[in-house]
Parts: sequence; C-alpha cells; structure tokens
Amino acid sequence: MAQVTLRKVVKKYDEVLAVRGIDLDIVDKEFIVLVGPSGCGKSTTLRMIAGLEEISDGDIAIGGDIVNDVPPKDRDIAMVFQNYALYPHMNVYENMSFGLKLKRTPKDEIERRVKQAAQILDITELLDRKPKQLSGGQRQRVAMGRAIVRDPKVFLFDEPLSNLDAKLRVQMRTEIKKVHQKVRTTTVYVTHDQVEAMTLADRVVVMNAGLIEQVGAPNDLYHSPATKFVAGFIGSPAMNFLPCQLEQAAGALRVRLSDKLSFPVPSDRTARYTSHAGKSGLVLGLRPEHIAETRPHVEPNQHDFDMAIDVVEPMGMETLVYFTINGTEVCGRVNPNAGAADGKPMKLRADLSNMHLIDDASGKVL
Amino acid sequence: MADAAVATASDRAASRPRYGSMSRDRRWALRWSYFFLILFAIFFLTPPIYMFITSLKTSAEISAESNPWWVYNPTLSNYIELLTQNTYLTFFRNSAIVSVITVVITMTISVIAAFALARMRFWGSATLATGVFLTYLIPETLLFIPLFKMFAWVNETFGIQLMNNWWTMLILYPTLTVPFATWIMIGYFASIPKELDEAALIDGATWMQTLTKIFIPVALPGIIAATIFTFTVSWAQFLYPLAFTTSTTELVLPVGIITTLIKGDVFNWGQIMTGALLGAAPPLIIYAFLMDYYIAGLTAGATKG
Repeated sequence: MAQVTLRKVVKKYDEVLAVRGIDLDIVDKEFIVLVGPSGCGKSTTLRMIAGLEEISDGDIAIGGDIVNDVPPKDRDIAMVFQNYALYPHMNVYENMSFGLKLKRTPKDEIERRVKQAAQILDITELLDRKPKQLSGGQRQRVAMGRAIVRDPKVFLFDEPLSNLDAKLRVQMRTEIKKVHQKVRTTTVYVTHDQVEAMTLADRVVVMNAGLIEQVGAPNDLYHSPATKFVAGFIGSPAMNFLPCQLEQAAGALRVRLSDKLSFPVPSDRTARYTSHAGKSGLVLGLRPEHIAETRPHVEPNQHDFDMAIDVVEPMGMETLVYFTINGTEVCGRVNPNAGAADGKPMKLRADLSNMHLIDDASGKVL
Repeated sequence: MADAAVATASDRAASRPRYGSMSRDRRWALRWSYFFLILFAIFFLTPPIYMFITSLKTSAEISAESNPWWVYNPTLSNYIELLTQNTYLTFFRNSAIVSVITVVITMTISVIAAFALARMRFWGSATLATGVFLTYLIPETLLFIPLFKMFAWVNETFGIQLMNNWWTMLILYPTLTVPFATWIMIGYFASIPKELDEAALIDGATWMQTLTKIFIPVALPGIIAATIFTFTVSWAQFLYPLAFTTSTTELVLPVGIITTLIKGDVFNWGQIMTGALLGAAPPLIIYAFLMDYYIAGLTAGATKG
C-alpha cells in the first residue's frame, strides 16, 4: 500500500510562503496531477514529498509512515526530472541500474529488472548508448526506466515533458499513461499544462498561490469548478467571464449582461441563485463551446441572440468567434460552415444549462 | 579586343570562388590572427630554441665570438655530464616526488572542499568560497618571512626542524595550489545541474558516493585542468625552495640548477641550458597529452561559478 498523505504542509523560504498549508490524500495506485501557474507551489510540494526540500510545518506520510525527517533514499520513491538528469558518463544500462547497485541488489536481479523496464519502454536496443547519443524522447524514456527499475512506492514526475517539442509531448503523454497502466504505482505528476493534467490524471489538484484550489476528476473540474480560478485555468480557450446582474421579475430569475441582453436562469438553478438576486459583483461563467451558432431545433435553456462578430479564427474542425458584450470580449465556438465572418452580424445561441454564477469578490462559484 | 578582355575578366571571376562581404571579413580576421600568432610564436619559442642550441655547444664555443644561433661542433657532452651527475638526478627526483605528492594532496583537499562549497549549503559557505579565492591573491613573497617565524616556533615547541628539508615543500606548495585548484573545481561543480545530485540522492547515494560516482567522473576535465595547474606550479616553484632549503641533497630542480651550476661569477652556460631544458620537459609532456582536457576545463571554470 502506498498512499501519500499531506497534512497542513507549509514551506517557507526565509519569509516567503511558497506552500501555505495544504491537505491532500493520494490513494494507492492513483495518478495525481498537480497543476497550476508557475510559482503556485506545485513543484515545491512535489520536492517536499521527494524529500529534496524540508517541510517548514505539517506532516507528509508515505504508505502510512510519517517521513518528515526521512532522507530521500529511504522514502522508497523515484523521480523523473524536467531535464532528465541522466548521468552523462554512464550508458543507459548503468543509468538505470545505478540505484539498484547502490542498494547492493544481486547482479542477475538487476539485469532482469533493467531488461524488463527496457522492454516496457521499448529502449532495449539503446541500453549501451550514452545519454548524449539519445534524442529528447529517448532520454525521457530512460529517465522513466530509471524510475521503474527501482519498483518504488511512489513515482514523482516534475514537468517531465516540458523540454520536448509539441508533437513528441503528445506522444510521450500517451506513453506515460500506458506505462502507468502496466506498472500500477502511485504517481504524483507536476505540470503547468492543463491539457496534460486533464488527459493523464485520475484526479487533478489545481494549485494557486501556495494553496489547493480544488481536487477532483478531470471532468468534474471541467464541468463543476469550485472557484473562478479553476474555471478559468481548466479548458482552452478559457471560460468567458461576463460581469452580470441577477434580476428577479415575476417569479423568474434573469442574468442581465447588458441593457439589451439578458437570459432566463434555468429553472433547476433558480432555488440556488435566488438569494443572490440584486447583488453586485456577480460574474457569469460560460465556456466557449456553450456559445454556438443557432440551429433549428431548440433544446431547453438555449437562447438565441444577435451579435456583431469582431474576429473569426478558423481552426479547421471548428471556428472561434470573438465578440464584445458590454466591453468584455467573449469567445464562442461555431461550426466552420455557419458562415461566421469578421465584422458581420451573426445569430448565436447560448446554452445556459452549463452556466456558472461566480461571486467575483470571493472567487467562489455559487 | 574589348570583347576578349571582358571574356578573360569574367573567366577569371568564374574560376575563383565568390566571397561575400562576410567571408572577406573572415579572411582578414584570419590573416590578422595568423600574423599575431606567428609573432607570439617567434617571441615565445626563441628562448627555448636558444637554450637548445646552446645546450649542444661546448663551453669554449659558447664563449667564442661565433654566431650564437648556429652550432659548429655539436656535442652531447652537456647532457652526458648532467645525467651522470648525482646532484642533478637528486634535484630531478626531489622535484618529481614533491610535485606528484603535492598534486595528490592538493586534489584530495580541493575536490572535497569544492564539492562541499559548491553543493552543501551550510552557514557561511559562500563567504568561505570567496575567502578561498582571496588567499590565492596573497603573493608568496609576502608569506615567506612569516613562514620563517612559524618554522622557528615549530622547531622550538615541537623540536621538528622544517628548515632545509625537501618534504617541507609538501606543506608549503599546497598553500599556493589548494586555493586555486579549489576555485577551479567550485566553478566546475557549480556547472553540473542540480538535478544530477538530486537524482543520485533519490537513487540512494550518500554525499561521498555522489562525489565519487557522479561528480568526479562528470567533472574529469576540470580535475585534469586543476591537476596540470598544480603540477606546473609545484614543478616551477622557485622562491620557497630557495628560501627554505640549502643542502644539495634537499634542493629541487629550479633552485638546484642555479645554485650548483653557477659558482661565484662562473656561469656554466651549457649545463645551465641543458638542465633547464630537461627540467622543462615533464610539464611539456603532460601538457601535450592533456591539452584538450585542460582547455575544456579552464573555459568551463571561467564561464560558470
């Protein structure tokens, strides 16, 4: 069993708080991704789990044992670094077996494990090459191989794909997922790329300014973000945030975006939102895919409106349209054949059943 | 007629490779660098060539008013006399032992010290690193008088006579070589990515294993550079042995040559030149073998750290 538990973990550099008291329970064999903008404390958290950074306060437990003062080598973890950190003077085999040799593992056992890991990662023919003779993707595999042969309780990945080009990154992303399916080991993976986070994770941990904003399955984060930060961070293009008012008229709630534009709130949300009617500082969150071109068939909670398009960005399988409501730029995703054109008016349709109402002051999704 | 002239001109242009302004600049840069390189080569190679020519002459020919750049009666007598002379061989042996042991002492201390200063963050480590470099800046000419006093004190207190012993050089030379070698190694170790020792740490290596299995192999060019430097400094050191040793059995090569081959105002030029030339050989041989590493090591140390 290799669950990882963080309790009120704090990291202070001199007077700067990098991590401000986080709680996290990672269950056995789970793939957890820590994601957030640079400087949010995600790498620091990973390094604290690894034991490369001392924790200033709180507790970290691996497999039930508190490891606050345990050196990295005794935590039974393996780490893959952003720049691979392969030993340049050793060949692939030596790189992968270094940790086992230090543990005085028998030679034939080392050989068996290295061969097995090399097979999983498809690097068998590279075993006697030096790191500088390998491509970026191959180095990344070797770095993973070095982690796998140790058969640790926890894998730690620190932005392992950041140094690869876009195409290889997608390929290696799939590779990492496959490896995790073959070698089911508790994994903590740090990235600033929300796509990587969404595609790899069993659960995503979104961090911001040294705190955890939300923990959840990728789809839960996407569809029911807890805060404005998560709503804006997950998803590309990002969610639209429109300053709005909540009006109550004749027993029905409406979100008003401008003098001319307002939409009725879906009936199943009315009870939840009623108490916020008339309040200031509210923001409507609506993802670009919930603003599309109009269609003949009308679903409940979908409402048509006319808008002059500012800019059109054809993406191939879809076209992004940008327009302005009350001074705020809004993005919508329409069918490439819907006839969107720069500067032309267009009939669009908003799907309010996926709306989010956000209190701008607290940043909470209501 | 005019047509023919045009044709030959264009033929000439076609037969020659065309150079853009960039390559013309390059060509001039190349010419200037050759000019200065040749100038410096002549400047620096003249003394050893003169030494070599003189070493092949007899004393009579050296003092004769003949062309100093030509040997009329070449002879190996200077070489034979010097190499069959016990004193010269003693100097050579002393120099070799002192230099080799100094290299071992220096590298052991400076590699370990540099690793600690470059990688283990501890209270005052940055100040210490600067301090190490500052000690290198103090000239030895300022130090040998206080050293005399210290040696006298050691003799009075412990009864150990440090004066006039070749092995005293093993204490003195590292004071010159350790700071600089440590400084080179700090720069070199600092250029090794931090993740490498973190990976080793996670792989289960102790600090000592990280040093011996990761840092030393990776920093080998730097270590070789520091080794060559240390060897050259100890081999060529003149002031300390001159000040602290007097008996012919205790002298090292540079001091030995001038004290035994200059008698009063009689200069045995042929043997002096031969002795100096033979004495310059070991560092030369080492440089020739390790030059590539030396350059790689020095430049790495120069840009990082």
